[in-house]
Amino acid sequence: MDFAVQFIINVLSLGGAYALMALGLVLVYGILKLVNFAYGELIMVAGYTLHLVGGSPLPWLVMAAVAVVMAMVAGLATDYVAFRPVRAKSVTAVLITSFAFSTLLQNAALLFISPRPRSVPLPEIFSQSVMIAGTPTPMRDIITIAAAVLLLGLFAFLMQKTVLGIAMRAAATNFTMARMLGVPANLIISSAFAISGLLAGVVGILWIGRIGTVAPAIGLEPLLIAFIACVIGGMRSLQGAVLGGFLLAFIDTTLNYTLSQDLLKFRDAFTFSLVILILLWRPDGLMKGPATGQRT
Amino acid sequence: MQRNILTLLILGVLIVAAALLAQFMGIRLYERIATTMFVSMILVLGLQVFMGNSGILSFAHIGFMGVGAYTSAVLSIPDRMKGMALPDLYPILETVQLSPYLSILAGGLVAALVAAALSYPLMRLSDAAAVITSFALLVVLHTVLTHWSAMTNGPRTLFGIPEATSLWLACGVALAALVGAIAFKESRAGQLLRASRDDEVAAAAIGIDITRLRWVGFILAALFAGIGGALWGHFVTSFSPRAFYLKETFLILSMLVIGGANTVTGAVIGTLIVTFAYEALRSLEATINEAGIMADQVIGLTEIVLALAMIAVLSLRPGGLFPAREIGTLLTLKRRKGGRS
Repeated sequence: MDFAVQFIINVLSLGGAYALMALGLVLVYGILKLVNFAYGELIMVAGYTLHLVGGSPLPWLVMAAVAVVMAMVAGLATDYVAFRPVRAKSVTAVLITSFAFSTLLQNAALLFISPRPRSVPLPEIFSQSVMIAGTPTPMRDIITIAAAVLLLGLFAFLMQKTVLGIAMRAAATNFTMARMLGVPANLIISSAFAISGLLAGVVGILWIGRIGTVAPAIGLEPLLIAFIACVIGGMRSLQGAVLGGFLLAFIDTTLNYTLSQDLLKFRDAFTFSLVILILLWRPDGLMKGPATGQRT
Repeated sequence: MQRNILTLLILGVLIVAAALLAQFMGIRLYERIATTMFVSMILVLGLQVFMGNSGILSFAHIGFMGVGAYTSAVLSIPDRMKGMALPDLYPILETVQLSPYLSILAGGLVAALVAAALSYPLMRLSDAAAVITSFALLVVLHTVLTHWSAMTNGPRTLFGIPEATSLWLACGVALAALVGAIAFKESRAGQLLRASRDDEVAAAAIGIDITRLRWVGFILAALFAGIGGALWGHFVTSFSPRAFYLKETFLILSMLVIGGANTVTGAVIGTLIVTFAYEALRSLEATINEAGIMADQVIGLTEIVLALAMIAVLSLRPGGLFPAREIGTLLTLKRRKGGRS
């Protein structure tokens, strides 16, 4: 029983974080059909902002809000620097510019801040734990689950009920048609990047809350997780991204419990091989998205 | 045909000239830089074979460089060193000791075999899914290299690899890679593959087996990468798995992209230009650090400038410096135009 509760809480909290990461990536991919390799660096930006404002007397929630806003600004910067100049030209070009932008941000952090990990301020609550059904559970897992539920709910509302959300979904389905019906292309793309930054910012704070420090290479793991979750779930489907996130968390947690110490080192290799197998079976991922997914 | 030979001649002369220059400058450092550059060139040409012809970006290339380097190292480390360098090595391999030249070849072959075994299903994917899975493949290879202690000494540095790569060996292999890349590009397989790059649906409709051709290209690219990695291993004589990851991927990609991924000319010229820029920036960094202008060590400046250069080149010339035609073709076209007028 204890074990079951612990397992479920682990899967849900990890899955919530993974789902948010994947959602931020798929949102941009859905509209532009382009992968943002600099996505992980948005998380890094949130972390370093938190580190830099850490010395100030502001309440923690304000600092966190500043960090999220900076991640959104970085998201918009990605659009302007890496995507807009080459967007119309070639898929490969954009993949490479976003990879270059990611290297740029990482090395800027190396050069201007420090290659060594820096601590970030975290409120007390992140290190406390509570008893649930007789199992000690860290509060940060509960916070992650709550934040994921809240954000996923908000996001679903935004996409289903608001004009912006409907326009974004229209653009993801058929970009040319949406433009002809008067959807402003650049505005939609920029909003997608800003929302992507928002998700990355929140997830960044939760992610760094687990580790306690921020380093230049911190974005790599979340980026890989988001990639894999998207590929499993289906690159064109928002629901697929969420499903993929939870599924990946389930696989990871199961491997954590079942693999022996010797094999645990290879966990990433197992997970990624599994992804390759899933793609063999369904090259489009588990959930097919809308329309053909042609680039426009 | 004639223009291919012209391309080959011009690029070959450039490569030999670079080697001669490095040799006659008489400075040890320049020789080292040139040797590293030839190794990079072999890798970039390998990446061009796959990326240029199939149009699919591959991140896994550096992973195969690692496979080649480690294979060659394990096969060639002398008997008496093996106990120290690789304490957990399997008994069967303990007594094996090939000449480095044979083991370099073996490194390339093993990398090609690994690529052949892993990549066939991945070649069914196009666009973003293909790129992401190649990224996943790089992570898988890196994880295995970092943790397979018996074969790689884990994340620690592997040392004791016999030195075998000289400037002229690297130069010779780079020339061979150049010939190989052009030959593949002009072969039937290469031309069909490029047809699938330009229009996947039309190519499939005329009966091209795209998956199989991409697979062939990928294996060939891995062979180049494995040989390049093995040569590099026998040049630096000690390395760790960290040498085969994202930083190197970025460098190799920037060389290919700035030069132009679709042409062999682009691969060669890109390597020359980026190596020059990279070394200049590195020495600038070193000078700043020695002078102590900044309070902390300056690191990462080189990568920042290279990243900016990459974004600038791609915004202005998305196909790189040589986007479509080889240098030989460009020259013959110009001459013909001149003749007519």
